[in-house]
Amino acid sequence: MDAGPVRFVAKNMRVDLHLIGEMIAPGTRVLDIGCGDGELIEYLYRTKGCDARGIEIDMAEVTRAVTHGLAVMHGDADVDLAHYPDGAFDYVVLSRTLQAVERPAEVLRQMLRIGTRAVVSFPNFGHWLVRWQLLRHGRMPMTPTWNRPWHETPNIHPCTIHDFFDLCGQEGYRVESWLAADEAGRRAPWRRYPRLANLFGEQAVVLLTRAEKR
Amino acid sequence: MDQTETLAEYEHSHITFPQGMVLDCGVTLARIDVAFRTYGTLNAARSNAVLVCHALTGDQYVAEAHPVTGKPGWWDAVVGPGLSVDTDRYFVICVNVLGGCMGSTGPRSLRADIDSPNHSPSHASSPWGTDFPPITIRDMVRAQKMLIDHLGISRLFAVIGGSMGGMQVLQWAADFPDAVFAAIPVATAAFHSAQNIAFHEVGRQAIFADPDWQGGRYWETGKIPARGLAVARMCAHITYLSEQALTRKFGRRLQNAPKNPTEAIGLFGDMFEVESYLRHQGSTFVHRFDANSYLTITRAMDFFDLFTDHDGDLALAFQGTKTRFCLVSFTSDWLFPTAESRTIARALNRAAANVSFVEIPSDKGHDAFLLDEPDFHRMLAGFLRGCAEHAGLT
Repeated sequence: MDAGPVRFVAKNMRVDLHLIGEMIAPGTRVLDIGCGDGELIEYLYRTKGCDARGIEIDMAEVTRAVTHGLAVMHGDADVDLAHYPDGAFDYVVLSRTLQAVERPAEVLRQMLRIGTRAVVSFPNFGHWLVRWQLLRHGRMPMTPTWNRPWHETPNIHPCTIHDFFDLCGQEGYRVESWLAADEAGRRAPWRRYPRLANLFGEQAVVLLTRAEKR
Repeated sequence: MDQTETLAEYEHSHITFPQGMVLDCGVTLARIDVAFRTYGTLNAARSNAVLVCHALTGDQYVAEAHPVTGKPGWWDAVVGPGLSVDTDRYFVICVNVLGGCMGSTGPRSLRADIDSPNHSPSHASSPWGTDFPPITIRDMVRAQKMLIDHLGISRLFAVIGGSMGGMQVLQWAADFPDAVFAAIPVATAAFHSAQNIAFHEVGRQAIFADPDWQGGRYWETGKIPARGLAVARMCAHITYLSEQALTRKFGRRLQNAPKNPTEAIGLFGDMFEVESYLRHQGSTFVHRFDANSYLTITRAMDFFDLFTDHDGDLALAFQGTKTRFCLVSFTSDWLFPTAESRTIARALNRAAANVSFVEIPSDKGHDAFLLDEPDFHRMLAGFLRGCAEHAGLT
């Protein structure tokens, strides 16, 4: 596989359009972090009339997006979110990028500062195939989702669905809705059973808000 | 260099505003001339106007042969029918800046024409020269605004400019946000850096050091400070390029080098190609540019500082703006490096503005914004197309 400057695990835009797109209400202000060439932004603008903007770290993708007439700027999720004002967006989207940032907890904190809601998707390291490969072979798993060798992967912070929910609990975020899906974006039927979702879901999509002050 | 160089005279099309204007420095210009060129057709709704702002030594001849040099327009690869700034769709306006020497009021203008209230009769009908009041980027923009108002345009679809042109774009967006739908500041900064001021000062000192400058009253002898102005241009030109570009274009090649490689190379008999190139840049420049204008405009750039104008917080310059921004920088530009554009982008983020920001890979240095950069040109076209859709321009 070509080892280009890929920051994401096999980003599948069709999955984003379906799973993330349907969590976002029409006519809202959306910031897509790690937006690639801006396909989700364009989808949200064209089909839902959203004021959708993006940040992307890969300059070639940024150039493609802007050339396509989309409001995308070059930036780094770890650094540039701090420059946005509080509550500037209704939704802040982070699609399959959380595992690749330097400080995931800080990025989530910034997302829920600049947006009232956060939509986060991430590949699930708790999937049975990952567990099985590590147990059976004693080596870092290589699956369709986790498909780059450990020394080349940009995914420096893999987590499981359980891990993510634990972090949300610690940080005081409320999970408004969530779902697990396979790589093709087909929903897994374990929405009410996180333990099973953590075993059989290849990825998760979670809608978060700041919990009410108690 | 020839000591009897003269500056070409040409009648540039312009509009005179008899009401004049009060400059930032407090001086009133009793009347001002604003020279400009337009391309394309203004639509019935007057909603398709694009203002292109020129850089330090640019002028209003953006997309047509230059009347003095005969060379193609300085952005004729960008502005024209079917090009990125498509004159089949947009009505493009380019204005010679206040303080310039291509028809707008500047140091070459006669005092009799544009008089300050406290003039003395002895000055009548002689040029302003170095007595011309200091001009700011904001003054330039306000003169452009007078022209735009005169043309009956309440909102510009886009304001575009590189380098000092980009400074004008930022000033437009900060001062007249409702009059700018889209702003495209290219290879620019929100203030002129100490290094850039330093280079400008070398250029100015070169002009002052030329005996033909004659305290700025060189029209009295008919001799222009060609040598000083040429050196200023040579120095500035280096800052517009990059080491890679100089190496690629010239390397260490000598000109008129002997065919036989064993033949001795005279110490000053031959010259490096890069030297010849710079001398050519310097000597052609003096025919089309006025030394006092060069002093005035470099000073305007030096004093540009949107931070200080807004109490040190650039975001305040753009608070509540609805303008759609597209910032562009080039990888090898060390005069207005990408960090400067990123600073502006972050300030716009703080103001929750709609901002696109791209750095274009190029080894051509600051000049890249004027040269053949297909990625940049495609991106510019695409950004404008997207904005046209949002503006309801068909």
